Amino acid sequence: MKSYKTIFFQIIIILLFILLFGFLINNLIINLIRTDLGFNFSWLLKPASFALAEHALPYSPSDSYAWALFIGLLNSLKVIFISLFLSTILGTIIGLSRTGNNILLKIISSSYITIIRQTPLLLQLMFWYFVGFLGIKNNFIYFSNLIKINNQGIEFFGLSLTSEFSALIIGLSVFTSAFIGEVIRGGIISVPKGQWESYRSLGLTEKNGLIKVIIPQALPAIVPGLTNQYLNLAKNSTLAIAIGYSDIYAINDTIINQTGRAIECFIILLLTFLILNLFITNFMETINKLVHKKKIYIN
Amino acid sequence: MRKLLSGIAFLSLLITGCSNSYQKDASRLDLIKERGELICGVSGKIPGFSFLGIDGEYKGLDVDICKSFAAGILGDSKKIQYRPLTAAERFTAIKTGEIDILSRNTTFTLSRDSSGGNGLSFAPVVFYDGQGLMVKKESNISNIEDLQNKSICVGSGTTTEQNINDVFESKSLPYTPIKYQDLNQVIAGYLQGRCSAMTSDRSQLAAARSGFKNPEEHIILKNILSKEPLSPASDGTDNKLADAVRWIIFTLINAEEEGITKENIDEKVKLAKKNPQLKSLRRFLGVDGGLGEKIGLRNDFAINVIKATGNYGEIYERNLGENSNVPIPRELNQLFKNGGLHFSPPFN
Repeated sequence: MKSYKTIFFQIIIILLFILLFGFLINNLIINLIRTDLGFNFSWLLKPASFALAEHALPYSPSDSYAWALFIGLLNSLKVIFISLFLSTILGTIIGLSRTGNNILLKIISSSYITIIRQTPLLLQLMFWYFVGFLGIKNNFIYFSNLIKINNQGIEFFGLSLTSEFSALIIGLSVFTSAFIGEVIRGGIISVPKGQWESYRSLGLTEKNGLIKVIIPQALPAIVPGLTNQYLNLAKNSTLAIAIGYSDIYAINDTIINQTGRAIECFIILLLTFLILNLFITNFMETINKLVHKKKIYIN
Repeated sequence: MRKLLSGIAFLSLLITGCSNSYQKDASRLDLIKERGELICGVSGKIPGFSFLGIDGEYKGLDVDICKSFAAGILGDSKKIQYRPLTAAERFTAIKTGEIDILSRNTTFTLSRDSSGGNGLSFAPVVFYDGQGLMVKKESNISNIEDLQNKSICVGSGTTTEQNINDVFESKSLPYTPIKYQDLNQVIAGYLQGRCSAMTSDRSQLAAARSGFKNPEEHIILKNILSKEPLSPASDGTDNKLADAVRWIIFTLINAEEEGITKENIDEKVKLAKKNPQLKSLRRFLGVDGGLGEKIGLRNDFAINVIKATGNYGEIYERNLGENSNVPIPRELNQLFKNGGLHFSPPFN
């Protein structure tokens, strides 16, 4: 009797869902007809006729919109993966400093987290870019000619990075590292106190104990939190538009203005980020499974 | 795969949910009258055109144009809601019905005006502009060729971005565009030395320069990169509203041609009422002819418009004249009879 009831309710919910969905799609179609827009992706092959400051592959304004979007995607991926790497390293250092015994490091790391976490990312990006990089004016900073920083960007070992790219990487990495630091601290705290006492009583050094005993046990608690931060980082990278970096969002913005194809452009953008984030999620889930297997092995 | 599918399903739900249903036949003009308020899209960031003054009121040429629309349609120039919009937002704001009329330094182009493009309808030009380049005096840059291989700060989502590319490509000069979403960021990037030059409409360059610490240290190059006729715009599918908007602007220009100002409008009305032989003046001010009705407005709409903002020349003097904060020589923006481009078709 009870199961009939649940099935009945489920059918009603599904029907309501279909009704809502139908209504919304109908709505979209009506509006598209009203505004004479309609779905159309043929514009993707037309020449973009705008230049880009940064492109990993050859690009000229006579290339197609589709190619411009792809260049934008590459620019986004470049920023996302470099920041992901840097923020993880920085976050780990911060997280370990907060849980360690060194009082000076503790104070530094907790004030770092306090300042970074309480201010908006957009503001921080603007700070790194307009105050940080562009504020350098023409005073070069040399470190025996290997590193050169000025308001045009960073140059080191013959590799030159623009100030937009550098500011975005620094801003995103610093912001995300504060959150990652807290995730790592939380993971380490979740390991029972007895574990510390036991590795010490076994005569392991602090360093070996941390690497071989504490961190492997902390990882199952860290990885899910880390996944969230990585997803946020990928999405936050779209703030690039505020400091003049040509990521996929900024290029999309220009294309919408030139073609008037807002709905198609947003669909492309949404799908791109959906796929990218699903990729990150799946990758982290694989790591999560590995971590859980290892935990059983240690115990 | 299942996640991807469910994600796509949810996204489509979000996208479809964005649009609102509304009847195709109803003109926006009736909606504005029913609402008793005009929603006008402006920039809010360009001195002389639309800028938030210290008293918290929007001021500028674009704002005065909004006021003349409100005066013409509703009879009261104060019944306006201003919506500050970025360059990228503005067209979507019209198409979705978030704003009634756009009065925001928008260049009249084929793709924007056409139903196959942005689907707008442009009103007559209210400011004839041209794109220019501003550089620092100390840089010794004097023409476009000197900018080879240099960075140029440019606002994204504007015709500016396309024009600068066209010009440099046609001359086969390589350059690096640094694109910002907002004019203030373009200015900051330029002042901070990220770029050797900034490009925008010459009026905007002049407006920006007026706010610099040392305006005399910056020069606007003589080269004019493009024609930039700036016009208000409304939804291209709404002919009734477009007609009203078009003729309110011609009212401003015609008033200047006829020498009708904010001060002498009452006299002119009296004059028109007394003298049946002044046919064209009587038609213009709605004493006879019933012209207003034909475009969905009151017959005496011209009186309300002129009382609210004065004629085109008065609007120009107030916001961009010699004694204003952003003086820009009138040049092309003179009346046709004085050597400029402004001209009103007859009110017949």
